[in-house]
Amino acid sequence: MFTPYEIMETINMIQNENLDIRTITMGISLFDCISDDYKKACQKVYDKITKCAKNLVKTGEDIEKEYGIPIINKRISVTPISYISSACGNHVEFAKILDKAAKEVGVNFIGGYSAHVAKGYTNSSYEFVKSIPDALSSTDLVCSSVNVATTKAGINMDAVKQMGEIIKETAQRTKDGLGCAKFVVFANSVEDNPFMAGAFHGTGEPECVINVGVSGPGVVKCALEKVKGADFGVVADTIKKTAFKITRMGQLVAVEASKRLGVPFGIVDLSLAPTPAIGDSVAHILEEMGLEKCGTHGTTAALALLNDAVKKGGVMASSYVGGLSGAFIPVSEDAGMIDAASVGALSLEKLEAMTCVCSVGLDMIAVPGDTPAETISAIIADEVAIGVVNNKTTAVRIIPAPGKKVGDMVEFGGLLGKAPVMKVNNYKCDEFINRGGRIPAPIHSLKN
Amino acid sequence: MKSVITVIGKDKVGIIAKISTLLADNNVNILDISQTIMQDMFTMIMMVDIKESAVDFYKLSESLEKLGEEIGVSIRIQHEDIFKSMHRI
Repeated sequence: MFTPYEIMETINMIQNENLDIRTITMGISLFDCISDDYKKACQKVYDKITKCAKNLVKTGEDIEKEYGIPIINKRISVTPISYISSACGNHVEFAKILDKAAKEVGVNFIGGYSAHVAKGYTNSSYEFVKSIPDALSSTDLVCSSVNVATTKAGINMDAVKQMGEIIKETAQRTKDGLGCAKFVVFANSVEDNPFMAGAFHGTGEPECVINVGVSGPGVVKCALEKVKGADFGVVADTIKKTAFKITRMGQLVAVEASKRLGVPFGIVDLSLAPTPAIGDSVAHILEEMGLEKCGTHGTTAALALLNDAVKKGGVMASSYVGGLSGAFIPVSEDAGMIDAASVGALSLEKLEAMTCVCSVGLDMIAVPGDTPAETISAIIADEVAIGVVNNKTTAVRIIPAPGKKVGDMVEFGGLLGKAPVMKVNNYKCDEFINRGGRIPAPIHSLKN
Repeated sequence: MKSVITVIGKDKVGIIAKISTLLADNNVNILDISQTIMQDMFTMIMMVDIKESAVDFYKLSESLEKLGEEIGVSIRIQHEDIFKSMHRI
């Protein structure tokens, strides 16, 4: 029998501190759908997704009821579509069929309209990347990503240049630039990430797999409230213990979902994922450590401690850990970040520094609508350089909100939240971006 | 299957009686029961076995929730594994 304290601790975490399972994501391989006839290929894609994920949402809801823990999202990731559509073209048709299949099975996002071009384009991946604004503006639930750099290959600067243009075009073609919230540019992207918008089912993944993303910034913050003024050893220890408990929930749900769906369990992603809800903010954890506002001096150190302690606590709680596994710092999806950016405590430059010590990157950041494509490309270049040199994943999800200026607010709604438009450096970087070519892989990539 | 029922709310006459009647009517066996006052709130924890239950888990959960609304307390039932996985290694 459990003690009343134990029972109440769990219930309190769920009821008052926003503990939840952020996502159950089913990864589905689409390699067996390849055909030189795009209509045939699309039909196979639709049939496979609707067959594999038929019971995904229902299973998630059943687990939610039986265990009494909310499971916020049920999602699907698929093999990067650029591989599947390469033999037949008509890339956007695949986006539309993904959207249709996602709606049929009732998931809230489907990820994998993706390409990997770190070392260069193939003829078809070039055409595919060009189709992204079209795909994002003609679908509702499809998420897209492009990996433009790896520590092994270096940075494809031609792709980085193109990304700025793709983001600008997507912003123009979707309301308030919302399409850009569903598009991520990666360095060192991971194959088993369950979180959107960057999820895809990697080429080394099995036929079908269940990956789970946990959450719980509110629980960590509440635990830290109880050790006010204690030294950092105590802070790190408190976070570790809390992360362990949170992750055990994720492991339980992952194993149970995989058993019920008859699909192997892949990984639990240890990321602390915030939402715009009050009491579910990563920024507020950093502030609880003693910072007046997230973004002030000391923020990077606080985040480094948090990120490391979450991993140390979580890794023992799950049999397989993977995905991005680190604290997320999306501006628009975190009440504390929104507040800090609105009052000017948090700048783009500080966010960039913070991404050196956590996952995943410059995430859900709104910038003025008239920001030039080259500037966006240069922001991406800086961010992927951090990933490449530090041998970690970094990403950029940036929204040049049409018609908006610094200080305006862009509303995305739901989990995507709202973003204050942030200031960018207005000095030009066109000549740098227009050089093109590839930045070589760093020396420490030569490990063999 | 073992489950944990938790009841939280303002203390009053008949809470346990009403809940155990509902459980008995549905052939749910009470294995253990404890009650305490935590942060001024009446807190009751019951371990039950629903293997022989006359209704499925979801129906039982619904009727407990409804009863909770009637008597003005919060009643929830959860699979014991959620507590096991968080508090036992």
